[in-house]
Amino acid sequence: MTQAEQLSSDAVLEISDLKKSFGDLTVLKNINLTVSKGESVVLLGKSGTGKSVILQCIIGLQLPTEGTVKVFNTEFINLPEKERNHIRRRIGFLFQSGALYDSMTVRENLEFPIIRQPDYKKEDLTSKVEEQLKNVGLLNAIDKMPSELSGGMKKRVGLARTLMLNPEIILYDEPTTGLDPVTSNEISHLIIEMQKKFGVTSVIVTHDMPCAKLVADRIVVLKDGMLTAQGTYEELEKSEDEFVRGFFEFE
Amino acid sequence: MTESAKNPSLISAVLKLPKSLEDFFLLISGISGFALKSFKEMFKPPYDISETLRQFYQIGNKSFALIAVTGFIIGLTLTLQSIPTLHKFGAASLVPSMVALAVILEIGPVITSLIFAGKIGSGIGAELGSMKVTEQIDAMEVSGCNPFKYLVVTRVIASTLMLPLLVVLADAIALVGGFIAFSITESGSFEAFLINSLTNIDMRDIIPATIKTFLFGFSIGVVGCYEGYNASRGTVSVGIAANTAVVISSLLVILIDMMMVQITSVLF
Ligand SMILES: Nc1ncnc2c1ncn2[C@@H]1O[C@H](COP(=O)(O)OP(=O)(O)OP(=O)(O)O)[C@@H](O)[C@H]1O
Ligand SMILES: [Mg+2]
Repeated sequence: MTQAEQLSSDAVLEISDLKKSFGDLTVLKNINLTVSKGESVVLLGKSGTGKSVILQCIIGLQLPTEGTVKVFNTEFINLPEKERNHIRRRIGFLFQSGALYDSMTVRENLEFPIIRQPDYKKEDLTSKVEEQLKNVGLLNAIDKMPSELSGGMKKRVGLARTLMLNPEIILYDEPTTGLDPVTSNEISHLIIEMQKKFGVTSVIVTHDMPCAKLVADRIVVLKDGMLTAQGTYEELEKSEDEFVRGFFEFE
Repeated sequence: MTESAKNPSLISAVLKLPKSLEDFFLLISGISGFALKSFKEMFKPPYDISETLRQFYQIGNKSFALIAVTGFIIGLTLTLQSIPTLHKFGAASLVPSMVALAVILEIGPVITSLIFAGKIGSGIGAELGSMKVTEQIDAMEVSGCNPFKYLVVTRVIASTLMLPLLVVLADAIALVGGFIAFSITESGSFEAFLINSLTNIDMRDIIPATIKTFLFGFSIGVVGCYEGYNASRGTVSVGIAANTAVVISSLLVILIDMMMVQITSVLF
């Protein structure tokens, strides 16, 4: 097996020549990205450049205008509903806004994806919900409604809900934005723990450089609809490109 | 000065026409596709019975009082207004059956449905619209749950089944209102009033009047869900979804009513 083949058999996520337009507005011009199993990739880019759109294309909330997105070696968006949902359950998505179901309590939010699985066990449910809430430090909010939570709390509940289905790939859309430094740090460590313990593959969109420094195996930078630079934190920190270096000059 | 410069609004209105015509047909095909999908998904397992019952209860609970009051007032005023006229022809004894006929065949179903569209159609449009805007529907989608089944099918079933019940309720209360108005000037027991009013109505009238209420309920549910489910980005679109849902479903109620009258007169 050549090295290239080795790499692609290891890849759980492959984006090739992805282009995405909304009407006349072309947000993504040409995106190529391969993420292998267990890797954490941080995606940097200025606000409004299409980072969230990339994540939406990966999970199939947006259809690519051109190009392909393969997860677990399948273009699952073309599969029939049942198989598509089967693959989707293996992918977690943390929404930038949290996207909690506001007519349900925190507990019901976390239960919602589980009780709609064909093979769920009722006995494990409560302990599972409590475990995930403990992970994000919000066990005492279990019976609150989302409207009673602060922005940061909503985000953490959203993360707990994402973890309920034990996803193999997690797409984080700004997991620490709006959180205090201490909680941000905790969330960053939770992301690392998911990777270490369960071999979770992550794609993390963030502007939070301390978080990026902690979690990233590799960083890619989005500019003008293309991925302009990639490398480790240390490599990009010393980049020739002023635009790339701009992200690292935060102190 | 040229003609077009003198009359810019007319020109632009004409230029816009093909666009809005296109939008109109897109809307029609969108709603029909959505209706078809809701209908098909209704019969596909798994069934979310508890959520359907919850919606059923909520929809009924929200519109019950409003519809009861309206029904009562309609029966009352209709009777009050027909008594003097029919008196002139010495036919006051016909008032009960005339009121019952009008209420059960036409006014009850249509007015109840219009109120239902205002109250429930807009509620569904706003609720699903805000879920769409805050990415809650997307969140269901990505967790591999079928939001169409959980959100749309449950609400469409609930409103299809609830509206006919509410119409029966409105009709019954309208008859009570009619009796109260009737007994101001005329004498007779409620029982006599009922017998008098119902003798002239037979199954050939009741069946089509009932069928159309199911259709009204279905279309109000479908349109509310369609508008909410397809709301665009931004909070403004929540209000637009609620508003459009009421406008379109009220129009549909009246259109379906008109068609049903034609169809029944051919069939029965
Ligand atoms: N569904 C959509 N319809 C139309 N335009 C969209 C849609 N989603 C995103 N866009 C546009 O795509 C561009 C990129 O949006 P996106 O949300 O991906 O930015 P972002 O990089 O995530 O920014 P931020 O860091 O502020 O979250 C924006 O100009 C936005 O207006
Ligand atoms: Mg974003």
